Amino acid sequence: MPAKMRKFDTKVQYLKYKVLREVARDAWNDTLLDNVLNIPQIIVPGKVPTMRCCVFKERAILSERVKLAMGGDKRNGNVIEVIEIACDECPAAGYEVTSSCRGCLAHRCEDVCKRGAITFDHNHVAHIDKTKCVECGACAKVCPYTAITQRVRPCQTACKIKAISINEDGAAAIDNEKCISCGACVYQCPFGAIMDKSFIVDVVKMLKESELNKQYKVYAVVAPSIASQFTYAKLGQVITGLKRLGFHAVVEAALGADMVAMWESREIAEKGFVTSSCCPGFVRYVKSAFPALEKYISHNPSPMAAIGRYIKRTDPTAKIVFIGPCTAKKMEMQEESVRPYIDSVLTFEELQALFDSREFDIQNLEEDVLDNASYYGRLFARSGGVTDAAVQALKEQNIDFEIKPEVCDGIEACKVALLKKSKNVLNANFIEGMACTGGCIGGAGCLTHGPKDASQVDKYGREAFEKTITDAVSMLK
Amino acid sequence: MKITVCIGSSCHLKGSHQVIRTLQQGIAAHHLEDLVQLGGTFCMSRCQEGVCVTVDDVFHSVTPDTAQAFFDEHVLGKARP
Repeated sequence: MPAKMRKFDTKVQYLKYKVLREVARDAWNDTLLDNVLNIPQIIVPGKVPTMRCCVFKERAILSERVKLAMGGDKRNGNVIEVIEIACDECPAAGYEVTSSCRGCLAHRCEDVCKRGAITFDHNHVAHIDKTKCVECGACAKVCPYTAITQRVRPCQTACKIKAISINEDGAAAIDNEKCISCGACVYQCPFGAIMDKSFIVDVVKMLKESELNKQYKVYAVVAPSIASQFTYAKLGQVITGLKRLGFHAVVEAALGADMVAMWESREIAEKGFVTSSCCPGFVRYVKSAFPALEKYISHNPSPMAAIGRYIKRTDPTAKIVFIGPCTAKKMEMQEESVRPYIDSVLTFEELQALFDSREFDIQNLEEDVLDNASYYGRLFARSGGVTDAAVQALKEQNIDFEIKPEVCDGIEACKVALLKKSKNVLNANFIEGMACTGGCIGGAGCLTHGPKDASQVDKYGREAFEKTITDAVSMLK
Repeated sequence: MKITVCIGSSCHLKGSHQVIRTLQQGIAAHHLEDLVQLGGTFCMSRCQEGVCVTVDDVFHSVTPDTAQAFFDEHVLGKARP
């Protein structure tokens, strides 16, 4: 396994990273226009295929990845896109007869199938003709041996809100009205056939045109989930790496979280019921699936928008790049209420590609510091952290109000809580909604995911210079 | 008069919040709110000299220990000569 590969969970991420790195390298060198068509061949040289049937298909798919790395289809508003030719159409998926079929006499499966898709071999064992099957599932329901099972495609299993269907060509299709851009499918597709669009070229351009922060200053706002990332190096070395890339300063999004904790806790006490608004996937889900509950979404900006707004007040010509684990932030950034404060969004995957496009081995850099936020602001990165911070913020503000939280870890839990709320049977006055399981540390844009991620966030929280939210936001007027 | 205190990570760890509190208290005690505008910034690129403070764009290196003396000399002295 190549050394770089160890920085990622999967080979799909590694492949995506190689594309991003090449695109970024050309963007720095102003050679993107000349080289864009050569990138597939740089990544897949020679004649021996390693991933697909032949190098030509591999390169054809890579050229689609290059397009996505350069911003993707501008006509498609979603930042999550299917690469149709990369979609393997998962032939194994759908309804299948397993070895549990006893070859019985009843043949209920045959009788119930309206498409005539069930046939039998000489042992009377059932078979499904895939060309006729429409995956209605009737045969599986009637089989007395439960011998017929449904194998769901990994993307559909990953998408808990059922925004993925299969089109006539057998490829995955995303319903953009439903999709919350959480990126779960991006991370789960074993063929890497669904990808998030990248703004890495925009960021390189922004950094270059700042002329070493003389024309304007470029700020990196990093999400607290960084504590569980880049584990092969030290956080301080990542900060040095960011400054070497050309960022003027690196600021914790967690300081924005501290601000949000103050405001949101007051809002809960005032209104009596609120949902969190920090997770853009959750917010989008409430708006699209539970429009009647939209009024309960906290009116506070997300930590990303809050800190972006604060930085722009101190420096009106600032350009701000949010760097985090989140693909949905790439959607949030385009919203009217957020656009003035955030200029671009990168994932941790993309930051790794950016470092390597400049050949920075961050393990060998000196350590800088990152410390703006409190323990509580930093906890926003993991499930339960927003609630912990809101409880603390009430205490610090001497507001006598008891938060009864419903901590929703992952979009399925959010769905359950929202359903209960819509039927007025939810025994809580605060819904903490996190679309990704585990919270932001489970985000699709993370380099790695592991069981220690949450404890790493807690450790990073404890290392904060400021222990209370009040102290962290004390410089605010 | 415009005072800007760096609240970037390096200056923060050196006590920029304490410096701000000292300045805020001084401003309030001498009723200078109308004369002095106190703001923050993230990084003045002189981290070694932090806590970095500018008064009308003139650079000063301040620590929590010297903040009161700095206020007396450069803020109070100039705002109310």
